[in-house]
Amino acid sequence: MRLYVDSTKCSGCRACLVACSLNLFQENNPKKAALNLIPHFPAPGVYEMKVCTQCGDCAAVCPTEAIKLNERGAYYVDFDECNLCEACVPECPEDVMYVRAELANAAWKCNLCGDCVAVCGTGALWIAD
Amino acid sequence: MKGYAGSILRVNLATGQISKEPTPAEMARDYLGGRGFGIYQLFKEVPKGADALGPQNKLIISTGPLSGMLIPGGGKCDWTTKSPLTGGYASASMGGHFTAEMKYAGYDSIILEGVSPKPVYLLIEDGKVQLLDAAHLWGKGAFDVEVEFKHKYGEEYQIAAIGPGGENLVLYACINHDFGRQAGRGGVGAVMGSKKLKAIVVRGTKSVEVADPEGYRKAGMALYKACKDAEGLAEWTRYGTTVVTSWCDEVGALPTRNFSAGSFEGGEKIYGQTMRKEIVITDKGCFGCPCPCGKYSHMKRYGTYVEGPEYETIGLMGSNLGIADIQAVGEANRLADDLGVDTISAGNCVAWAMECYEKGILTKEDTDGLELKFGNIEATFALIKNIAHRQGKLGNLLADGVKRAAEKIGKGSERFAIQVKGMEQSGYATHSATSMLLAYMTCDVGAHHNRAWAITYDLQVGRSLVVPEKVARVIWLQNFRPMFDVLGACRLQWVELSIDRDLYVPAMEAITGIHRTWEDMEAVGNRIWNLTRLFWMRENEDFGRSWDQPSPRFFEEPPKTGATAGQITSYEDVQRLLDMYYEQRGWDNNGLPTPATLEKLNLAQIAS
Ligand code: SF4
Ligand code: SF4
Ligand code: SF4
Repeated sequence: MRLYVDSTKCSGCRACLVACSLNLFQENNPKKAALNLIPHFPAPGVYEMKVCTQCGDCAAVCPTEAIKLNERGAYYVDFDECNLCEACVPECPEDVMYVRAELANAAWKCNLCGDCVAVCGTGALWIAD
Repeated sequence: MKGYAGSILRVNLATGQISKEPTPAEMARDYLGGRGFGIYQLFKEVPKGADALGPQNKLIISTGPLSGMLIPGGGKCDWTTKSPLTGGYASASMGGHFTAEMKYAGYDSIILEGVSPKPVYLLIEDGKVQLLDAAHLWGKGAFDVEVEFKHKYGEEYQIAAIGPGGENLVLYACINHDFGRQAGRGGVGAVMGSKKLKAIVVRGTKSVEVADPEGYRKAGMALYKACKDAEGLAEWTRYGTTVVTSWCDEVGALPTRNFSAGSFEGGEKIYGQTMRKEIVITDKGCFGCPCPCGKYSHMKRYGTYVEGPEYETIGLMGSNLGIADIQAVGEANRLADDLGVDTISAGNCVAWAMECYEKGILTKEDTDGLELKFGNIEATFALIKNIAHRQGKLGNLLADGVKRAAEKIGKGSERFAIQVKGMEQSGYATHSATSMLLAYMTCDVGAHHNRAWAITYDLQVGRSLVVPEKVARVIWLQNFRPMFDVLGACRLQWVELSIDRDLYVPAMEAITGIHRTWEDMEAVGNRIWNLTRLFWMRENEDFGRSWDQPSPRFFEEPPKTGATAGQITSYEDVQRLLDMYYEQRGWDNNGLPTPATLEKLNLAQIAS
């Protein structure tokens, strides 16, 4: 299972980002979310949204093996084991593996909780195999 | 204080002094946030008689407890100031992503005071706040400014900027954000321009704490679920506010040729359905919105882009100018946004000038050569530019608003200047829709629709009835609907998706830790409504009933065509509406709150 997105349906509202930060950190802070929203305005006037495909490239390079599989079959970051080395970040083909030491003392990524799908009103996000 | 950022940022543009103070707990208790914080601080801090465009006026931006939270549409902030257009209270609501960013940066309000000696912009990065030189940006359009800052600082920064309209003190200049959202009405952009503040750039990376995290998550999710399950979601998201255009045309509420009628023979060409098919490319939402009403459009003929047009702009820059061409309306919208003037007021001013021209009150000599007939698209574009730059005789005249323009020109043109309290009327023709007419007459910023959108109620119960129930409905709407602006969220999820408003109650409680029913919140709404009235009274010695009169067009000239042909509200009925309204509000016969009413609302002290 993984998260999918249809960027043409995205309206750039960032509801998913708030829901994600609440899930990952129990905080209201869209800067700490695992989806990557890239608006292209004023032209051509479209939103681009990138999400985790659960490809596992990040887990493969993590020297402390902090990126593990959860019960949903998704890779997640075990915050206690991450040492912020950033090895995972350049490996992510979708730019959704985050290390921002000024915001959190561990890396973060999508753990497939599904909350973003629950709040997205435009049907841009869904979970499937 | 849970649910609040906790601080107020104060920026003195004259001295460059920047300071922070804790958000007062009593203010949060009695006024909650947003529009409430705005009027409370305006009333307290701006001295009586201050020049709206002078150093004593302040521009106050406020978020609310629902702003930036997991709440549908929690992306609204309020811009309050003394209006240069009306001389009274101005409060403009702005959507987009600015308010969330401002709250995450740590601020419930930003108070801008004084006048800068030179053009500057305000850069806010969490606690680090700087005033920086904006000489190179002065004169630029709002879109260019936003592009430049996005390049310079990055996508995570949110920007609010004025265009030339604000710089040139057009009295209805607006403030732009997110390539198409505005704090539109009452001249907030002129106040920003008078302070020589070109833009505010903000990034916030902090979290906002809530009282009960689990309850909050549950209540927030329940609100999203209600929106997503709503029957009207698909249709609303497809058309946004333009969904009402065809309905307004059918029932005779679509402003046509300077409000001389309510139905437009070219209506179909500017309906939401036409717009969606011809120019819309992307749906665009404010922060946290599951039902995005923003429609981002590409006008191929002009090679340009705009967010919109919204219904109001379609009405005021389409049918009201006799323009049956959605691409032209889109382009007029883009010009007005980029140049930084409110589309509603600008559309009204152009329409009034067109009527004057067709009646021979204005000639080509007065219009700087423009053939200013209804339907003339090129003349409309030219006049919008002239207004924003205060260029030419007519551009400069109209930049002061339709009321002042008509007073100067005279010759009976005052009778078709469509305004209340000096603010041009928004997009509903009210020849025969008595609740909506009363809503415009008594709205706390001038002739604006959003406090009490009563037009559907008129149609439900009988449009020309003059009965106490209608008045009560207007008052209830005026107390209740603006509470969304107070809480910092959008009201359209409740209005358009008909979600149960009681779903907000547990969310508010979990966020702030204080239980409040809607009745409690409506009482706050009532207090705020009366405080805005006190502000008008304080700033204008002759304030009273004469300020609540509609444009004579709505009681003198029944439309000749369309669904409302021959219908009108009599002058006597207009006064009866006011009589009932004042009585139900606890105001005297001149429309001033009585001492007993002020006492009841806990306003006696602030009033004295
Ligand atoms: S599924 Fe959960 S963790 Fe993954 S992006 Fe969505 S909200 Fe974030
Ligand atoms: S919630 Fe949906 S529409 Fe909103 S930003 Fe996320 S993907 Fe886009
Ligand atoms: S309904 Fe429209 S105005 Fe309201 S939050 Fe959504 S996009 Fe913004």
